[in-house]
Amino acid sequence: MRRPSAGQAERRSQPRRSQRIRRGPQRHGPQRHGPQRRGPRRRAVAAAVLLAVATTACGSEGRTLNVFAAASLTEPFGELEQVFEQRHQDVDVRLNLAGSSTLGSQIAEGAPADVFASANEPVMADVAGDLGGEPHPFATNRLTIAVPPGNPAGIEGFGDLAGGGATVVVCQPQVPCGAAAGRLAKLTGTTLRPASEEQDVKDVLNKVVTREADAGLVYATDVRAAGDQVDEVGIPGAGRAANRYPIAVTARAAEPELAAEFRDLVLGEEGRRVLRKAGFGTP
Amino acid sequence: MPWVLWIPAGLALALVVLPVAGLLVRTDYARLPALLTSDAALSALRLSLVTALASTIACVVLGVPLAVVLARARGRGVRLVRAVVLLPLVLPPVVGGLALLFLLGRNGFLGYLLDVVAGVSVPFTTTAVVIAQTFVAMPFLVVSLEGALRSGGQRYELVAATLGARPWTVFRRVTVPLLLPALGSGAVLSFARALGEFGATITFAGSLEGVTRTLPLEVYAQAQADVDSAVALALLLIVVAVVVIAVARPKAFDR
Repeated sequence: MRRPSAGQAERRSQPRRSQRIRRGPQRHGPQRHGPQRRGPRRRAVAAAVLLAVATTACGSEGRTLNVFAAASLTEPFGELEQVFEQRHQDVDVRLNLAGSSTLGSQIAEGAPADVFASANEPVMADVAGDLGGEPHPFATNRLTIAVPPGNPAGIEGFGDLAGGGATVVVCQPQVPCGAAAGRLAKLTGTTLRPASEEQDVKDVLNKVVTREADAGLVYATDVRAAGDQVDEVGIPGAGRAANRYPIAVTARAAEPELAAEFRDLVLGEEGRRVLRKAGFGTP
Repeated sequence: MPWVLWIPAGLALALVVLPVAGLLVRTDYARLPALLTSDAALSALRLSLVTALASTIACVVLGVPLAVVLARARGRGVRLVRAVVLLPLVLPPVVGGLALLFLLGRNGFLGYLLDVVAGVSVPFTTTAVVIAQTFVAMPFLVVSLEGALRSGGQRYELVAATLGARPWTVFRRVTVPLLLPALGSGAVLSFARALGEFGATITFAGSLEGVTRTLPLEVYAQAQADVDSAVALALLLIVVAVVVIAVARPKAFDR
């Protein structure tokens, strides 16, 4: 497995986020709201593969469908999981929710995914060789500014993220929300001056929820999911830098028909309704 | 030595060596020079060395007195304190980072005080990185020193005292010189632990190039997009760690 370095035994004790099938325990205590799946992901590839192999090996009576989905899809896919399981009583849908890039490398390493839903198209393109069919775009998500309730730093728009006194947190450019932030900055001719570039969007939200940051660039859906823990400052024109979410059945899917059915559920009317409710746009 | 020991010893060695060998096999050597001399890699390396050194110094300055107090003080509370000191060893680093955030963050009681009184904000600064590293690394120093102090006993100190040396003189001329070998190995351990620190740093200090993104954080950031680059940086981290151990080891470990 790829490890950033040897001799870092402490990571063993950290929560492993991406192996967490379904929803992991909350990482940031009472402040956080909604399901989380966080924690450094180092050993995640190995752990996810092992765990998934172990669980598929023993679950011979019922069928399992392994759905790898971007962290930002936590809420709608949780709902769609239940819908799907109601329609197929013998099927257990397992959601592996993590950063899209993490999931992409897990799939490239042979993790047993049946369906992959990523938060942007480049990540899906990276695993093109492991897909069993064409990816279909099923949702869009635009960036918005999350601020602590009451907006203590008085953030009024995207321009206020370019420096000044406010502590601003964004995603790092390697992950989809950071890439979108970069596109938006370019489109508006703004230079972002963040205090930190976080590993994924839920980390950004977290820094705002705990009030360590005055503003964070997150997805519209994250603000919706966070409820009254954050306020939103909209960005006019953010739709121009929106992410398109593709979904695809993988080439190694153990249950290709079930996987296709799940994909169709997401693409269909029910999926669109759930996604819109969570704040996504639907193409 | 019974020959049977060779079997588990070989397995243990394989467990350490083979993953590193895997990393070496995976490395893209053609791109290695370019990957290692990128601005991001160099600034992460510089930041890692500076912060790990600073936190090692902090560990020594704070940890030596703590170890002496723990080894020499008597009373019921000492056992409890000893357990508390070891907490960072067993605590998941992310939890440590959260704990630091809740102490020194904007809404933490000390952080709030600092903000109001001195206008200082700790999170997202290089200082936060050093604090996080010191937090996780100090127990290594304290444990190795305390062990040395206890096994060494108090005979020399008592003799010095009977010869008329004052407590401070005893500490300076007897206790500390006797401690030096253990201090060396403890400091190396702390430095290594600080160099590899990840969880507490990313939680408490965030991740920003040149300010808080140390090598492990840079490796993690790169692993999201460009695995070759992450592997190259991991290799760099290993080289630094090996050099530190190789340079320090003869003095530190071979007593």
